[in-house]
Amino acid sequence: MTLLEVSDLTTSFQTGGGEVTAVENVSFSLEKGQILGIVGESGSGKSVTALAIMGLLPRPPARIRGGRIHFEGHDLLRLPDRSMQRLRGPGIAMVFQEPMTSLNPVFTIGEQIMETIRAHESVSQKACFARAVEMLEKVGIPSATARMTDYPHQLSGGQRQRVMLAIALVCRPRLLIADEPTTALDVTIQAQILELLMDLRDEFGMAIIMITHNMGVIAETADRVLVMYAGRTVEQAKVDRLFDHPLHPYTRGLLSCVPTLDQDQDRLIAIPGNLPEPSRRPSGCRFSARCPHAVQACSDAIPPLELYERDHAAACFRVRDLP
Amino acid sequence: MAALLEALDLTKHYDVETGGFFRRTRTALRAVDGVNLTIEPGETLGLVGESGCGKSTLGRLLIRLIPATRGQILFDGQELTRLNPRELRAARKGMQIVFQDPFGALNPRMSVEETVMEPLLIHGSRRGPATREAVTRMLDKVGLPDSARYRFPHEFSGGQRQRIGIARALILNPKLVICDEPVSALDVSVQAQIVNLLSDLQRELGLTYLFIAHDLGVVKHISTRVAVMYLGKVVEIADKRSLYARPSHPYTQALLASVPVTHPSHRKRGSAREARITGDIPTALAPPPGCRFHTRCPHVMPVCRTDEPAMRAAGVAHQAACHLLPA
Repeated sequence: MTLLEVSDLTTSFQTGGGEVTAVENVSFSLEKGQILGIVGESGSGKSVTALAIMGLLPRPPARIRGGRIHFEGHDLLRLPDRSMQRLRGPGIAMVFQEPMTSLNPVFTIGEQIMETIRAHESVSQKACFARAVEMLEKVGIPSATARMTDYPHQLSGGQRQRVMLAIALVCRPRLLIADEPTTALDVTIQAQILELLMDLRDEFGMAIIMITHNMGVIAETADRVLVMYAGRTVEQAKVDRLFDHPLHPYTRGLLSCVPTLDQDQDRLIAIPGNLPEPSRRPSGCRFSARCPHAVQACSDAIPPLELYERDHAAACFRVRDLP
Repeated sequence: MAALLEALDLTKHYDVETGGFFRRTRTALRAVDGVNLTIEPGETLGLVGESGCGKSTLGRLLIRLIPATRGQILFDGQELTRLNPRELRAARKGMQIVFQDPFGALNPRMSVEETVMEPLLIHGSRRGPATREAVTRMLDKVGLPDSARYRFPHEFSGGQRQRIGIARALILNPKLVICDEPVSALDVSVQAQIVNLLSDLQRELGLTYLFIAHDLGVVKHISTRVAVMYLGKVVEIADKRSLYARPSHPYTQALLASVPVTHPSHRKRGSAREARITGDIPTALAPPPGCRFHTRCPHVMPVCRTDEPAMRAAGVAHQAACHLLPA
C-alpha cells in the first residue's frame, strides 16, 4: 500500500505585495521503506512541500489552494489538529537543516528526547530514560548516558544533528522528512549522517523524503527523485534513470554545473541567469528564461508533466528535440 | 621564480576564557599553528579543511587583516608583519579579499558605484570621471550592466552580489586575491558562473588566488596546488593532480572518501567504504598531542600519540605530515 500520496498540491503565501504561489501542482507518492529525493534550489518549493505534509505551514499567511495529501489513508489536510499532533512522531517526523535553532537551548538533550516519547506514549520515567539513551547510542553519540544531561551548546554541529535525528526517530516514524539534514555539516560528518539514515531505513523500514540541493546526496541515498524548480516539478524518475538520462534541461544543467572529483573540465558548464523570485516568475515554463533550448512556445504555456518512459516524467516541450 | 607570498611559522592564538564563573582560566585557542606556505605568482592555491580548521583565519592572517601571534609573511619582497600602518595600507593595494557571504560583505547603504569606487578613494584617487570610468570598466569585467551602479545591494541576487564583491576586490589591480569560500553561500546553479568568472579574470588580469573552500570538487576544478588543513596545521600540500590521485595523509584520504558519489551506481555501503573516519574534529583549545589527527586516524601508531610529524616528501611537489611516510 502506498504510504504517502501527494496529489496536485498547490500552496501560496499572503505577502505585502499580494498572494504569491510557492508550490504548484506537485504530485508524488512514496512506498514503505523507500527514499524519495527532492532536489531544488532556493525558492523551488521543496521545504514548503515538506511543511505542508507535516501540517506545519502557518495558516495564514500560508494557504493550501488545492490538492490532497494522503498518509496511510488519512487525508492530512482535513485532519483535526489533535489527530495531526498524534501522527507527528510515530507517523511522520522531520529533521531540519539548522540543528542549533531547532533544539531548545534551555533544556538538556535528554529532556528534549524524553518529552517526545512522553507526548506519544505513557511510559515510566525509567523506561523513558532508557529509551532515550538507547536512541542516542543508535545515532552514534558516544557515552550516551553522560550526554543526556548536556545542553545543546555543549555539542558540536554533527552531534546536534544526531540529537535531532534521535528526537525524530525515537517514536519510530513510518516516514521521516529530512530537510537538508547535512547542508550545515562538513563532508566527513555528512557521510556519517547519510550512512546512519540508510542504516536506520534498513533497520526500521521507514520511508524517507530527502530534501537537498546536492545531487551527490541524491546519488548516495535516493531510490526515486523529484526535481523541483520555482515551485513546480520539472522531472521525476528512478535515481539511476535520472543520472543516466536526465530529460529536463534544468536537471541536465544541475548535473553538469557542479565540478566532480572524477572528471576534469577546463570550464564549468554554467546555467546562465539567476533564480526567479517567487513573485516574478516568468510566464510559461519557469525555467525558460535560463534555458538554452527555449523556444517561443516555452514562454507561452506551462509544459505539463508528461511520461516519456515508464516511471520517468518531465515537464518540457522540447524533450524530444533535445540532443 | 620567486614566490609571491611566503609564510613562515605563521601562528595565531586567541586568548579565550574557559571554565565556570568562579574558576575562570585563560587558554590559548590555537587557530593557526606554525604554518609554512608559499604562493607562486599566477597560481591558484586551494585551501581545504573542515569548519574550525583555521583556513579562514589563515587567509586573513596572510594579508594581515588580523595580526599574527608569531611568524613572518613575505609578500612581494616585503615583510608584512613589520610594516607600520601607513606602509601596510600601501601594501594592501596588492592584496584583496572576496568574502563568503555576499549579503553581509556589502554595505546596504552604499550604492554599487560607491562600494566599488571606495577602495580607489581610500588609496588616494579623487572622485571624478577617471574613477567613474574605472567603475564602468570593472562592472563590465564582472558581468554586471552599467545600470547597476546606482542600485543598492538588496536589489541583487546572491550571485550578482558576489560579482559586486569581486569588482570591489579587483578595482585596485591587486596581485593576490584571497577568495574565502566565494561560492559556498550561492545556489548551485549560480556557483559555476562565479567559478568561471574567477577563472576568466585570473587569466585576463594575471591574478594569483588563495581559494579557500570546503567543497573538494570546486577546489579541484579551480586550483593549481592544494593545501589541506586540520586543526590549525597544514597536513598535506601538493599539485592538484597528485593530491587527488594519491592523497598521502590519512585525513586527506578520509576527506576524499567522504565526498558523495557522482552516480548512484557507485554507492558503497558498510564495509565497502574505505578510509572512513568517525567522530568530530577536536577542539582547538586543547589539540591532541603528537599528530593532531591521531584521535580519528584509522592507521594510528604509538608514535603518533607523542611525536608531531614534520612535513615529508610524498612525491614530486607533494608533501604530507604523517609518520607513515618514510622520513
